[in-house]
Amino acid sequence: MFEGYSLAELGSIFAMQGFAGLILFSVFVLMALGLAIIFGQMGVINMAHGEFMILGAYVTYLCSNFISSTAPALFPAYFFIAMALAFLASGALGMLVEWAMIRFLYRRPLDTLLATWGLSLILQQIFRSVFGAREVGVVLPDWLMGSVAVTDTIEVPINGLFVMGLTIAITIVIYAVMFRSRWGQGVRAVMQNRVMAGAVGINTEKVDRYTFGLGCGIAGVAGSAFTMVGSTGPTSGQLYIVDTFLVVVFGGAQSLIGTIASAFTISQAQSTMEFFLSGSTAKVLTLLTVVVILMLRPQGLFVLKVRR
Amino acid sequence: MSSDKIDADKLTGGLPSPLRRKLLLGMAALPAIGLLPRGALAQALPTDAVNTTKLAVTDSTVKVGILHSTTGTMAISETGSVQAEKLAIAQINEMGGVLGRKIEVIQEDGASDWPTFAEKARKLLVEDKVAAVFGCWTSASRKAVLPVFEQYNGMLYYPTFYEGLEQSKNVIYTGQEATQQILAGLDWVTKEKGAKTFFLIGSDYIWPRTSNKIARKHIEMHGQKVVGEEYFPLGHTQFNSVINKIKLTKPDVIYASVVGGSNVAFYKQLKAAGIDLNKQTLMTISVTEDEMLGIGGENIAGAYACMKYFQSLKNPNNEKFVAAFKKMWGGESVIGDVTQAGYLGPWLWKLTAEKAKSFDIDKIAAASAGIEFTGAPEGYVRIHENHHLWSKTRVGRARTDGQFDVVFETADLIEPNPFPKGYQ
Repeated sequence: MFEGYSLAELGSIFAMQGFAGLILFSVFVLMALGLAIIFGQMGVINMAHGEFMILGAYVTYLCSNFISSTAPALFPAYFFIAMALAFLASGALGMLVEWAMIRFLYRRPLDTLLATWGLSLILQQIFRSVFGAREVGVVLPDWLMGSVAVTDTIEVPINGLFVMGLTIAITIVIYAVMFRSRWGQGVRAVMQNRVMAGAVGINTEKVDRYTFGLGCGIAGVAGSAFTMVGSTGPTSGQLYIVDTFLVVVFGGAQSLIGTIASAFTISQAQSTMEFFLSGSTAKVLTLLTVVVILMLRPQGLFVLKVRR
Repeated sequence: MSSDKIDADKLTGGLPSPLRRKLLLGMAALPAIGLLPRGALAQALPTDAVNTTKLAVTDSTVKVGILHSTTGTMAISETGSVQAEKLAIAQINEMGGVLGRKIEVIQEDGASDWPTFAEKARKLLVEDKVAAVFGCWTSASRKAVLPVFEQYNGMLYYPTFYEGLEQSKNVIYTGQEATQQILAGLDWVTKEKGAKTFFLIGSDYIWPRTSNKIARKHIEMHGQKVVGEEYFPLGHTQFNSVINKIKLTKPDVIYASVVGGSNVAFYKQLKAAGIDLNKQTLMTISVTEDEMLGIGGENIAGAYACMKYFQSLKNPNNEKFVAAFKKMWGGESVIGDVTQAGYLGPWLWKLTAEKAKSFDIDKIAAASAGIEFTGAPEGYVRIHENHHLWSKTRVGRARTDGQFDVVFETADLIEPNPFPKGYQ
């Protein structure tokens, strides 16, 4: 495979492959952060996470149609507006779901699994009835398409860079919120010891609701970003949910650092193996590795020491 | 209060009671029956003559089944087939039905799940006793239902272009099989573009793998080279690694058989990686106008697709078909190759039943060979003894508006050859 190429060309190819791996890493982090907050911090298994992502994608689609027909001058910037709206829409739906269903199921993880699975089916059918069974095409602004030539031979897709930048931004925001703000302190207190947190005056119900909404809002932003790289249809959420859970569980459900570390491991393994072997084989080997490691270390890569 | 009681006779001005009036009006309409088409009443073929195997046939109706995915990941592709089959059935019913009987449809949802397809097929054949089933899309769904149709002796009209290597008395394949679709396209791109190296990429299941096997044999038989062959699971969404590989190997032609949701991701990421399809030749056998809706014309413009039908074909049959389809399903509808093949199913079944003068599956199977349909939107088709269709094949170039420009059409009908020697 490598004969006939100069060292410089091979270097460029490996650099581009490195970027591809980083892009995959960002995609995984973006998908998994929302779920890590919900699953890790709250212990709620949200099988409808993919559908919250697709809600964000559909909001982007509506936004793109609306702006291109009413205010075409704004079109290049519409993506940021769309992402903000996606965050709000998915966050609002998340808070509604938490109030209506999840808050009754906090100490029952298997029941939340079933309930959110049902929710995912309901949401899929709602999308199908409102937007049609077919996929919808989201028109991207021109500045997001194509690739930028870093050097003469290395080309990096612009939307990949955008996703990377977005992921870094969101990670910093989440870090600031969770570990540097009073509200984040409240969330971590509720996670560690719900009863005592309530006893010291934290409104646990409100904290739960906003945390769930935050997790779903991040899913909405992820879905919005994914309109650049994937399809938007009623069942597209199912394409992402398995990988998302994989990343979260492998990283250690209660650790956000763990999520990032596991996303990095899985994405690098997968993209490197994809390059040297074929796509399906790479996926099989990655999953086998994850299974073996989880068998040896069931709690995942990183575990917070929590006194129970 | 009694003053509110209305005297019906006073209101009607002394006419007879409402019930009598309705009866009189009804009887006045009786002579209008003479205006009904002849077939509706005159039973030239009584039911025991046309139905000796206890199918769901009455003096005025015949039941058929439609078995496609209206939910799940394949719903995107199969919706068009359902619409086309319903359009054909509506048109046939308007003309008086089949053998004087109106067609009634029982629709089942395969839900993109192959065991569900088999289960619903069994229900249609055993419980509903339908005279024909128009259904399936993926080869996996067809392989799942084939044993059911052969065990319970049903007749399936299968609309998708597929890999061949199959033939059954109980199936009429109205889509192209691989040699019809692939070989002519490969020959064209070798001649027109001087292609010498090919990179094959497909989804990981039977159709792309078998198609690429046939393509590879054909490519190597003519002295060209296959420089890469990659498969990705259905639903895979990250193609950056393989796109880097494609950039590394710089093939003359990318030969794509990616299916379903992955299609959208693949073309979007291809474009984002800076591969310009007007410069890099890409030939696909898995993108029709339906998939273009999700992919977006601007992401795939310049690519070539090998199909036997394109919505932009210019002939009188197609113009009527497109107009009727848009009238029934909306002006925004797009019509792909499989949708058109779905449209052929009910018409071919009608013509076969009329030739056999029966709905019995054995008689339909025996009468199928040689049935010609001159009203086909693709032009003209004829059923072969091996239950596939003689048809032309075409190469189209994708446009940004979601339609194709037809750049090549075979001069003659291509004979279907599901078991090509030397390609297995």
